[in-house]
Amino acid sequence: MALNEPAMRQETAASDNAIELRGISKAFGSVQANKDISIRVRRGTIHGIVGENGAGKSTLMSILFGFYRADSGEIFINGKPTEITDSESAIRAGIGMVFQHFKLVENFTVLENVILGAEAGGLLRPSLARARGLLKDLAREFELNVDPDANIEDLSVGHQQRVEILKALYREADILILDEPTGVLTPSEADHLFRILKGLKEQGKTIILITHKLREIMDVTDDVSVMRRGEMVATRVTAQTSPTELAELMVGRKVLLRVEKTPAEPGAEVLRVENLRHVDGQGVERLRGISFGIRKGEILGIAGVSGNGQSELLEVLSGLREAEGQVVLDNEALPLSGSGCDGQSRRARRIAHVPEDRQRRGLVMNFHAWENIALGYHHDPLYNPSRWRMDNPAIIRDTEGKMSAFDVRPPDPQLKASGFSGGNQQKLVLAREIEYEPDLLLVGQPTRGVDIGAIEFIHQRLIRLRDAGAAILLISVELDEIMALSDRIIVMFDGRIMGERMPDETNAQELGLMMAGMA
Amino acid sequence: MRTGKIPHWADVTLVPLFSVALAFAISAVLIWAIGESPWEAVKLMVEGAFGSSYGWGYTLFYATNFIFTGLAVAVAFQARLFNIGGEGQALLGGLGVALVCLYIPWPHWSIALIAASLGAALFGAAWALIPGYLQAKRGSHIVITTIMFNFIAASLLGYMLVSVLRVPGSQDPASPRFPSEIALPKLHEILGLVGIPFSTVPPVNIALLLGIAMCFAVWFMLWRTRLGYQIRAFGESEPAAQYAGISPVRITIYVMLISGALAGMMAVNSVMGEQQRLVMNAVEGAGFIGIAVALMGRNHPFGVFLAAILFGFLYQGGAELALWTSIPRELIVVIQALVILFTGALDNMVRMPITRLFARTRRAG
Repeated sequence: MALNEPAMRQETAASDNAIELRGISKAFGSVQANKDISIRVRRGTIHGIVGENGAGKSTLMSILFGFYRADSGEIFINGKPTEITDSESAIRAGIGMVFQHFKLVENFTVLENVILGAEAGGLLRPSLARARGLLKDLAREFELNVDPDANIEDLSVGHQQRVEILKALYREADILILDEPTGVLTPSEADHLFRILKGLKEQGKTIILITHKLREIMDVTDDVSVMRRGEMVATRVTAQTSPTELAELMVGRKVLLRVEKTPAEPGAEVLRVENLRHVDGQGVERLRGISFGIRKGEILGIAGVSGNGQSELLEVLSGLREAEGQVVLDNEALPLSGSGCDGQSRRARRIAHVPEDRQRRGLVMNFHAWENIALGYHHDPLYNPSRWRMDNPAIIRDTEGKMSAFDVRPPDPQLKASGFSGGNQQKLVLAREIEYEPDLLLVGQPTRGVDIGAIEFIHQRLIRLRDAGAAILLISVELDEIMALSDRIIVMFDGRIMGERMPDETNAQELGLMMAGMA
Repeated sequence: MRTGKIPHWADVTLVPLFSVALAFAISAVLIWAIGESPWEAVKLMVEGAFGSSYGWGYTLFYATNFIFTGLAVAVAFQARLFNIGGEGQALLGGLGVALVCLYIPWPHWSIALIAASLGAALFGAAWALIPGYLQAKRGSHIVITTIMFNFIAASLLGYMLVSVLRVPGSQDPASPRFPSEIALPKLHEILGLVGIPFSTVPPVNIALLLGIAMCFAVWFMLWRTRLGYQIRAFGESEPAAQYAGISPVRITIYVMLISGALAGMMAVNSVMGEQQRLVMNAVEGAGFIGIAVALMGRNHPFGVFLAAILFGFLYQGGAELALWTSIPRELIVVIQALVILFTGALDNMVRMPITRLFARTRRAG
């Protein structure tokens, strides 16, 4: 075990540790998700856990919260050996968890959500009154203010997250686990969250923060543990480490945190969007008059907090949603409704699309890799020797080529999409869309849930496509990614464009304010 | 395998086999509880269904019906459409067969077979088209519409038999007999050509070969054509299919046409092959058994074939059981229901222990 000194130091006073795990192992079939993990979390600290996707962070936390049972190993809470068999016993042991995807009842009020599952007695009134009092105290102490009578669906994401924290505190949690809490927040909301967490820490609470954002680790944590491939590779005192060291520990080799790219040489305008409007199924206007253009050989990045119309923009341009307005591609109008507005017609116009949600849209998870390579291109004459028959061997051969060009691992065309890691799934989608050599590539969240090694690769491929003369529309909630890749940046807020900036003439603070609609 | 699941071969063989074994075990307890010997019952069923060419003949005859209706359900389910209207589509298929056989003079059974198959397929497909269209364009749920269409089909057939097709002066609501020149060759005639003796009694006929051919055709369609690719993509993930530009409306309608056509073709076996006239209850629940057959056959044409044989065995063996013992016929329905329960509804109960077993042996090994 490569456990490091800072954590070992507390050996003498075991009860100083809020949590101690010893030799935790967990396997799913043949996959060893956690391998002999030992970790100590000091009471009253914020302890970060970083690692690539699939490193085993979530599994470890699920064991701690009673969703899985470890195959072997021991858990000590406040120095006492504790059996955690289900989430109820975890809550009894004083552990609270804030999930990445909130577990709230949308049409219940904040108060109702807070007491849900922890009601005392058959009548709601006493519990509600108690919760109301508690919420008032917490709001004063920690800036945890939320309107107790608001419905969840009317709250912003940041406020919904506060409700999750309040739920845990209402259950008297002493240890709070937060799983990727800032993925859905604006920079200012994230700052607010960290102020809350620091306040809780000062009250003696222990906080475990799971994230892949090294900047957050550096800003708020006291200690940090790094996981790689199911193992705990190191624990450091945050003040004594650096982002570079952590990144190296995460991937096990040196990584470039910056994207190497030459200045763009944009050509003629490929796509012109004028006054685009879209109303979704619930009657909400998601796009309120969007206008912009993209030129050949440039990457236009669209920044914004998720849910501000970027997804809808991508789906309108790729023919999955209908809209009003004008879109002109290569001097020819693009139909925005009716026939001619579907995935096939867009591909015929040489628009390729890497969707935001690869597991739901971009891939058929139960299909073999080769079947996924044909997805959307199943009419390609190369795959169809006659009117009806599909030439499966030809698709498989083509897949082998694309897999090796994009370094998809394992390079097995017969493996089902669900059998690949997140990064390799994304490489499959990118291989399919980029090898089509599109004039316009629409990319949504190209590196969401992708490990650092693959991120580097994907960014290089996007830049190579740009240098080959394609226009790229990039949508990402990762501001770092937008700033690193884009040649021009547009910020969207509430279905409108807040403004346009050049990446070298702006900074995260300015963009963050624009993303929050304050510019 | 890397996802910690069981290997594919175990999924398609071990899981159904264990399910069936469990269903049989509980049936044995039931038989024992009513004072009969389970061992004797099993012997009677197996002998009755497989012990003679007579038994085989009936088993295969029933199996032929189930192949068609099972394929119909399986194809629709590949697009995640639950077509439980096989009963009605098969009834209409019977009407198609009857019209083709009664009103057009055919020179030879072989041409009549092709024409009757097309007639059956056409009528079955047309009957499935309406729910398919309503699902695709209006969002009316296919489970509800197809089951309603079963009742409409039964009423429609009743009207046709009583008012249009009935032999004048007859009390029997049935069509006239088809011309004897177009009677389909029975299995004993076909096997006789290669010198294999076979019982002349059972109604098993050339439609069995048509059914087997349909298994291959459906397999080819699903896994070797672009249409099949689109159907499977749509069934596995509708958002991904939409992303790929596969039209949900078109796929829903195509799949229901194919499914209805397959269900309708069952009438070639039962109406043209056996009865040689159209009677009131020509389908006898085979449309519903098709659901169990597809479930057990994992919606794969070859699985459907094997499951159809199993259900053919249950039908024929069950009939023998009722004939020779005091075990009531209803118990056979119970056994069939148990098989459906275990293979369909309680799938995970069998799958999970097998998955665990595999995980354990792999870790040990």
